[in-house]
Amino acid sequence: MSNQMKGAYILMESLLKENVDTIFGYPGGSIMPTFDALYDYMNRFNYVLTRHEQGAAHAAQGYARVSGKTGVCLVTSGPGATNTLTGIADAMMDSTPLVVIAGQAGSAFLGTDAFQEVDLVGCTLPITKWSYQIRSAADIAPAVAKAFHIANSGRKGPVVLDFAKNAQVEMAEFNYQKCTFTRGYIPYTAINPSQIDAAAEIINSAKKPLALVGQGVILANAEAELKAFLEKADIPAGNTLLGLSALPSDHRLNKGMLGMHGNVGPNIKTNEADVIIAIGMRFDDRVTGDLKTYAKQAKIVHLDIDTAEMDKNVKVTAKVLGDVKDSLPELTNRLKEAKHTEWIESFNEYEAKEDEKVIRPEVYPTEGPLKMGEVVRKISEATNNEAVLVTDVGQNQIMAARYFKYTKSRSVVTSGGLGTMGFGIPAAIGAKIGAPERTVCMFAGDGGFQMTIQELGTIMEKQIGVKMIILNNNYLGMVRQWQELFFQERYSSTPMVNPKFGAIADAYGIKNKEVCTREELDAAIKEMFADDKPYLLIANCEEKGMVYPMVPAGETVTNILLG
Amino acid sequence: MANNNNKAAECNDGKRLYTVTVFSENQVGLLNQISIIFTRRHLNIESLSVSQSALPGIHKFTITSITDEDTIEKVVKQIDKRVDIIKSFYHTDEDVVYQEIALYKVSTEQFLGLGSIEDLIRKYNIRILEMSENCVVMEKTGHYEETQGLFQELSTKLTVLQFVRSGRISITRSKIERLSDMLAKLEAIKKQ
Ligand SMILES: Cc1ncc(C[n+]2csc(CCOP(=O)(O)OP(=O)(O)O)c2C)c(N)n1
Ligand SMILES: [Mg+2]
Repeated sequence: MSNQMKGAYILMESLLKENVDTIFGYPGGSIMPTFDALYDYMNRFNYVLTRHEQGAAHAAQGYARVSGKTGVCLVTSGPGATNTLTGIADAMMDSTPLVVIAGQAGSAFLGTDAFQEVDLVGCTLPITKWSYQIRSAADIAPAVAKAFHIANSGRKGPVVLDFAKNAQVEMAEFNYQKCTFTRGYIPYTAINPSQIDAAAEIINSAKKPLALVGQGVILANAEAELKAFLEKADIPAGNTLLGLSALPSDHRLNKGMLGMHGNVGPNIKTNEADVIIAIGMRFDDRVTGDLKTYAKQAKIVHLDIDTAEMDKNVKVTAKVLGDVKDSLPELTNRLKEAKHTEWIESFNEYEAKEDEKVIRPEVYPTEGPLKMGEVVRKISEATNNEAVLVTDVGQNQIMAARYFKYTKSRSVVTSGGLGTMGFGIPAAIGAKIGAPERTVCMFAGDGGFQMTIQELGTIMEKQIGVKMIILNNNYLGMVRQWQELFFQERYSSTPMVNPKFGAIADAYGIKNKEVCTREELDAAIKEMFADDKPYLLIANCEEKGMVYPMVPAGETVTNILLG
Repeated sequence: MANNNNKAAECNDGKRLYTVTVFSENQVGLLNQISIIFTRRHLNIESLSVSQSALPGIHKFTITSITDEDTIEKVVKQIDKRVDIIKSFYHTDEDVVYQEIALYKVSTEQFLGLGSIEDLIRKYNIRILEMSENCVVMEKTGHYEETQGLFQELSTKLTVLQFVRSGRISITRSKIERLSDMLAKLEAIKKQ
């Protein structure tokens, strides 16, 4: 039986075969045949028209990060496609599964500088796992199958499909076959027992072990396996920014965040531990500081799915290649039950110091202007610490990551590797759609909020119930902080002249409140969570607040400034 | 891509010449995927050649670059990671049998004026490809030092009108092509 279909319809059917339920997009000339087909599928996809293609990409990221599913974007060629580049690069850095489908000039016009022709495959090669141009209708189904296979397996990441216009209108036979194998791409390596043995031996002989937990644990859905591993051998853990929420904040062995603005304990202890077990993390420079002085005393065991990460930044003593969902239980099996009470207690002194010098003044001030930390903690507690945290970038991001608390996994959606301002609002839209049953709190600075502010339109149209909080300091605060510390307080280009954010929210019909005092804050939080509607809380905070602790860039992890 | 570096198996700063072989699917855009990985680390590609491999549908890139082992290992891993790349390896000169080819064009008048043509041809094992009233085109195959040696000798005696050297091509000394192992492994994974 013949099953001839137009290319655009083949795409729709292929997306359904991949269980796609949500598409973030923006139409335009060279993708119009596909949007025309989409018109017939509006009841089968939740289609979200963002207000800018960057928003579509970040929304797809937010959706993917909370749901574990692949985020999908549909945009036009040329400017539509280039507008997604920031989101694609961000997804590449943070291993977020994404399939971006962009229109392209017809095959016959390629290479002629046709209207809105951009060499998208060329542009995206360095920032994707795979970029592919679809030039004929027969090519669509196999390309989509391969794209979804690649995006959401192995070390996850973004894939681009450059969809020539002629392929959208041509006819072809539709016969969908899922892709489970592509030569040259081995997403999962079988766990090598001798690597497990070597790692187990090192960990079993450790007196002062420290685990470094990264997003790999979350991406692998290996939270339970992580817990079993840590608990059996009594190993304290530090988290990377993206690894936050893999382990509940209040878990006895959770010693907090690593790196530049992490907690003092895990940073100091990195250079005291005799064995470090890195689990699904990649020794980013924001975590390690100066590599020449990083954990030199320790034997390092590295569990990761990506062989290119092994020995990349830090030379490891024993590597365990593979999905941590598979490797962790095998390793746990070979571990001896242990107690490292004294070692774990040795963190206390640093916790107490940080608590006194940094945390208490930030989270529980009794006078003076609002502090970012106290706003974050109050909001976290108002959600019973069960919400999804989405952040923008800057001081707001670090304060939110530090002072929000996590009881469930997949609770942090933040731009880690790329540090993309403007990530917050659209990522929150995607997160709310990806996890509709959860409360989504999005913290942004006054700067970053204005980078994708147009997405308030998307929130208005779809009534997406995200709770947005601007931690307003009237500065590009994180840059101002560096200027204060390292550039003699020369505030070049960092003071912000801001609009009335509330009036903007009003224009979009989004309920909002601007607060300056603790009483106002408490009342506004109550109001914010009174219903499921979108809300904007503008918290005017101390203008020249500082994020501490801080390991200055390129310094040894133990050189931590406390203020 | 420059070819002005001395081939120097061992440079004084711990760097040496590595031969990277990449086996890939036969698709457009592969070279771009590979070259950007060198570019990101600011590595110069000393020479490059591309051809079909012994295995149907699989292309082979032979790339040489001067760097240290740590870097070349990371580069190869990152190349390997690309979906369209089947397998990538790096070798030192000891691991491979390799060859380059060079062509030289000189004026016939100057060439005949050399006097010692037979000696030159014997010494360098030169092949004459073309000889006309105007010019002589010679071919020499060999390692870098050999093709460069002829260039230098010719340069001292006459004007070399044109000179070109190909990228390195190489074959490993080991008994089997490691790619065959790799393909067998891939087939096994596919069947699972
Ligand atoms: C797209 C982009 N541009 C510039 C930067 C550099 N940058 C990092 S933090 C920051 C300041 C952010 O200011 P704001 O959004 O007000 O947040 P705050 O630090 O004040 O909380 C800047 C400019 C960036 N990370 N991303
Ligand atoms: Mg600010």
